[in-house]
Amino acid sequence: MNETSVLIIIIASIFTANILLSNFLGMCSFLACSRQLSTAIGLGIAVTFVLTGTTGLNYIIYYYLLKPIGVEFLSYIIFIAVIAAFVQFVEMFIEKFSPKLYYALGIFLPLITVNCAILGASLFMIIRKYSFIQSVGYGFGAGVGWAMAIILIAGLRKKMGYSNIPQPFQGVAITMIITGIMAMAFMGFAGMVTM
Amino acid sequence: MSFILAISVLCGVFAVLAGVLIVAEKFLVNYGVCKIDINAGERELEVDGGQTMLNALIGEEIFIPSACGGRGSCGYCKITVLSGGGPVLPTETPYLTRKEMRSGVRLACQVKIREDITIKIPEELLNVKLFSATVKSTITLTHDMKEILFELGEPTEISQQPGQYAQVQAPSPEGPVFRAYSISSPSYETNTVELIVRIVPGGIGSTYLHNLGVGDPVIFTGPYGEFRLNEDPATEIVCVGGGSGMAPMKNIIYTIYDRWPDRTCWLFFGCRTTDDVFYLEEFRRLAEKHPNFHVIYGLSDPLPEGNDWDGETGFIHISADKYLEPGINRQAFLCGPPPMIEAVTRVLEEKGIKPSDIFYDKF
Repeated sequence: MNETSVLIIIIASIFTANILLSNFLGMCSFLACSRQLSTAIGLGIAVTFVLTGTTGLNYIIYYYLLKPIGVEFLSYIIFIAVIAAFVQFVEMFIEKFSPKLYYALGIFLPLITVNCAILGASLFMIIRKYSFIQSVGYGFGAGVGWAMAIILIAGLRKKMGYSNIPQPFQGVAITMIITGIMAMAFMGFAGMVTM
Repeated sequence: MSFILAISVLCGVFAVLAGVLIVAEKFLVNYGVCKIDINAGERELEVDGGQTMLNALIGEEIFIPSACGGRGSCGYCKITVLSGGGPVLPTETPYLTRKEMRSGVRLACQVKIREDITIKIPEELLNVKLFSATVKSTITLTHDMKEILFELGEPTEISQQPGQYAQVQAPSPEGPVFRAYSISSPSYETNTVELIVRIVPGGIGSTYLHNLGVGDPVIFTGPYGEFRLNEDPATEIVCVGGGSGMAPMKNIIYTIYDRWPDRTCWLFFGCRTTDDVFYLEEFRRLAEKHPNFHVIYGLSDPLPEGNDWDGETGFIHISADKYLEPGINRQAFLCGPPPMIEAVTRVLEEKGIKPSDIFYDKF
């Protein structure tokens, strides 16, 4: 059992071990959906919500179903199925009860199914031997960290719209470079908390 | 033993997830029957909520054009939504101009019916019909092109203009889909519809059509598209095509010479090699009957040694540049790959054809 306190895990997963900037997971939607601040915020919220929910669900399935039977090797495929079903469910739920939020999130909800940060968080939770509370905390922290990274980069890309970028660097190239610089900046937090 | 256990766990988990989703769908996604009002009360439909506008309209035999089968990738199924239907989705914005968005234009395949909706669709779309037909003949034109002739069953007649297209229903693993093909038979032939189809590896529509045999039944909708041929016989017609871009050209040319035997018309057709050439003999025979019809085929690949090709070589816009005199009143129809269209458009504009008289279809 991992003894780290939940608060530490949340803070660490946001700053020092940001799932995007230190593990480079979820890069695809990060690059694709960071052109506008509003979509970045929408996607960030959706990812946070799904990450928190799926880590909890996957924890229960792993420790109360797969492990007792001894079929842990199924975890990858089952986690993916749970994530897909969860996203579908959330989509229907939001569509019913908050059409406004549904339209705001739009196509980003289904996109989350294939965001590797979601699967990554579930796998880390197993490797790091977190408890249930720690897992949910980690999922939440990882989501907030991911959301923060994409919102920051969307802000930077918006500002970059006014700068004179050399042609070979335009688009994804400069975004990758900025992400790298941002990752290095976040390494400055490294000594603060460890997990 | 562990395999059986693993498989049953897997199936069990999937079944539970599917069950939860089905139950959730039943309680959460239930919109009941919604009303669709078309063109201010001209037609009123009552359809099940939850489906897309495109599917609902097709279900009511209103055939909105759609080449991609509702995946939001062709941008053809534009309708005007006056009320209901929610805001424009990010999947639609690439296909809509600002002006269209302001006036409520949407892609029918992306509008989900959750409430009563008022829409406006062009009058002629209400005239699009569903045809059932049988294959009368198929002719292999080149290694990848086939000419396929349908004999109409029900209804027995089609009224089409040159340049219009039909949507053929093809089976796919996810149910029937529609694929658009230009009608190549001249508009005075009202009992048949001919298509020229190039096989696309892995393509749903072209594979289906290429595998059809004589007597097979087919279903298609049409005619679609607005493409106005200049009715003044003094205006020269310039047709430039490549590959399966022949289909609308053939329709235009035969229709023209049926109505105006002395009208001037140019056909520039680009191929890669002599293997891709088709209809050349037919058009040369037509040109003997109508001296004002000029047929120019061009091969873009270098000719092999000892070839007896008597047409042009080089890209087709070079041939167009060579033959066309500037400053004559013309209307041009272009159909082919985007680089060809761009190059030819440039040449035609240099020759003094107004951009508004150049019509094209890129594929």
